[in-house]
Amino acid sequence: MLKITDLKVNYGGIEAVKSISFEVQEKSIVTLIGANGAGKSTTLRAISGLVKQRSGKIEFLGDDITGKDAHFIVSKGITMVPEGRRIFPDMTVLENLKIGAYLRKDDLTEDIKWVFDLFPRLKERSWQLGGTLSGGEQQMLAVARALMSRPKLMMMDEPSLGLAPLVVRDIFAIIKEINKQGVTILLIEQNANMALHVADVGYVMETGRITMSGPGKELLASPTVKAAYLGS
Amino acid sequence: MKTNNKKNSLLTIFILIGVFVLVFVLEQILPANAMLFTVLQKGVIYALVAVSMNLLNGFTGLFSLGQAGFMLIGAYCYGIFTIPVLERASVYQYFDGGIIKFALPVPIALILAGLAAAVFAALIGIPVLRLKSDYLAIATLGFAEIIRAIFQWDKLGPVTNGSNLLRKFPSFNDFNITDANGAVIIRMSTLVPFIIVGICVLIIVLLINSSYGRAFKAIRDDEVAAEAMGINLFKHKEMSFVISSFFAGVGGALLAMYQMTIQASAFKSNMTYEILLVVVIGGIGSVTGSCIGSFLFIACSEWWLRGLDSGTFLGINAPVIFRSGFRKVVFAVIIMAIVLFYRKGLMGENEFSAYGIRNFFLRIFNKKKGEAKK
Repeated sequence: MLKITDLKVNYGGIEAVKSISFEVQEKSIVTLIGANGAGKSTTLRAISGLVKQRSGKIEFLGDDITGKDAHFIVSKGITMVPEGRRIFPDMTVLENLKIGAYLRKDDLTEDIKWVFDLFPRLKERSWQLGGTLSGGEQQMLAVARALMSRPKLMMMDEPSLGLAPLVVRDIFAIIKEINKQGVTILLIEQNANMALHVADVGYVMETGRITMSGPGKELLASPTVKAAYLGS
Repeated sequence: MKTNNKKNSLLTIFILIGVFVLVFVLEQILPANAMLFTVLQKGVIYALVAVSMNLLNGFTGLFSLGQAGFMLIGAYCYGIFTIPVLERASVYQYFDGGIIKFALPVPIALILAGLAAAVFAALIGIPVLRLKSDYLAIATLGFAEIIRAIFQWDKLGPVTNGSNLLRKFPSFNDFNITDANGAVIIRMSTLVPFIIVGICVLIIVLLINSSYGRAFKAIRDDEVAAEAMGINLFKHKEMSFVISSFFAGVGGALLAMYQMTIQASAFKSNMTYEILLVVVIGGIGSVTGSCIGSFLFIACSEWWLRGLDSGTFLGINAPVIFRSGFRKVVFAVIIMAIVLFYRKGLMGENEFSAYGIRNFFLRIFNKKKGEAKK
C-alpha cells in the first residue's frame, strides 16, 4: 500500500533520515520504534508532506506522492495524528472533528456517529473546548479528528506520549479496533513493548537508518531489541 | 442548542433593525451638525475596517499592518470613478481634467473600491504571506507606505491628481432625500453608511462561522496541525488577506465619503495603529468587540474628551492643565487602564449577543431574588 524507497531527509544540514526503505501492507499495523532522534518523526512528516525529502521515492496505492503538498496527501487518504496531539484548544470537540473532515464536502453525520461510538467519552464532551480535556481525552480527540477524513492509512506519532499506563492501554485497544474496521496503521512509538505487541510488522530505527525488521512478536523476542528498548 | 442558535440570530437581527430605526429617528429629530452624527459616521467606518482587520489578525492569526494602504486604494478608487464629469476640470486643474471622462454610480464604485484593494492584496499576498508574525507586519506596513508614495507621484497625476486633493465626489450628504429646491426632506446621511457597514459585517460574520472560518481559526491556533488536517495554508491565508483587504477598501471609500476630500498623505500608518488599537481594545477575535471598540474610540477621541483641550471638562475649570493635547494624555491613561483590567480586550474572544444580554440580566435578577430570600 505504502512503499518507501531510499528516502533521505535533511533538517538544516543535518541528515535526519539516511536512506530508509520499508513497506506497509494494506490492513496491517506497522510500527517504527527507536530512541529519540532516530528519525522516526521526520520519516512520518516526509510521508505526510510537512517536510520535503532530499531524495527517494514515496508511493501510495501505486501513485508517486513524493514531494506533494500536505493537503494533496490528505485528500489521497493518508492522515496523521501529530506528535503531542495538537488539537485546537479554542474550538469545541465537535468543531475539532469537523476540521478533521475539512477536505470532504459530503455529509458528516454518519462519521461523527462512528467516531463517537469509538470514543463515547468525546460524545459526552462534544460541546467542551478542546483545551479543557484531559491528556488522554485530547489524544482520543486527535485520533478521532484524524479518522474524520476517512483515511485509508492513518499515521500516528507517539500516541502514548505523556499518558498514564492505563490510558495508554485504552488507546492501543482503540488502535487495534480501528485497524479491525479496515484502516491501515503506521505507528511510531518509543513504548516499544506496547507497539510491538499490537504490530504485525515492526522496524527498528537508529540514527536515521533501519537496523532491524520483522514481525512484531519476533522483534519482541529478539535479544538486541530486548536489551536496547525493553530494558531486560 | 440549535433552536437556541436560531433564536439568538433572530434576536440579533431584531436588535440590528432596532439600531437602524434608532439612527433613522435620531437623524430626523436632531440637528444635522450634532456631534453625535460625526461620531456615528466615523465610528461605523472604523468598525468595518476594524472587523476586517480582526478577520485577519484575530481569526486567521496573520499580524498585518497594511490596513491604511488598502483603505487608501479603496478611497482613491472611489474618488476617481465618482467625481461628476462636469466637475473634473476643476478638480484635476493641473492635469487637464484627468484622463477618466466618465463617472460611475456610487454602489458600483464602492464595490470597485473593494475589488481594487482585493486585487492589490492578492498580488502582494503571494510573496508576503510566506512570512511569519513580525516580519509579515513589517512587510505589509512597508507596502502601505509605498502605496501612499506612489499615489502621490506626479506622473500618475492624470489619474490620482498627484499630491492634490480629490474632491466633489458624492459624500454621505448626497444620500439625503431632497425636494426639487434642494431642501432636505428625509435625512439618510448616517443611516446609509450604517446599512452598508451592516451588510459588510454580516458577510464577514457568515464567513467566520462557515467551514472556511473554522479553517482560519485552525491556522491561527496551530499551523502545523492545520496543515496535517489537509488545510492548504497558503490558499486560506491568501483568501483571508484578500477578503480583509476588500472590506478595508470599502471602508476607505466610506471614509472618503465622510471626509469629502481624499489626500494620500492622510492614510499614514497612524491610521493603521488606530484601527489596531480598536481591535485590541475591543478584543482580538471578537467582531462585536471591534464594533463597540471603534465607537468608544471615536467618541472619546472626537467628542467626549474634547473639553480637556479647551479649558472646561464636566463643569471643572482648570485652564492650566486643560490645554490642547491634554486629551491625548487622558486618553492614553484610559487605554492603559483598559489593557490592565481587560487583558484580552473589552470582549475577549466572546461575542455580544442578544442571548448573552438576556442571560446577563437573568443572572442579576436571580441574584437579587436570592438576596431577597435571605
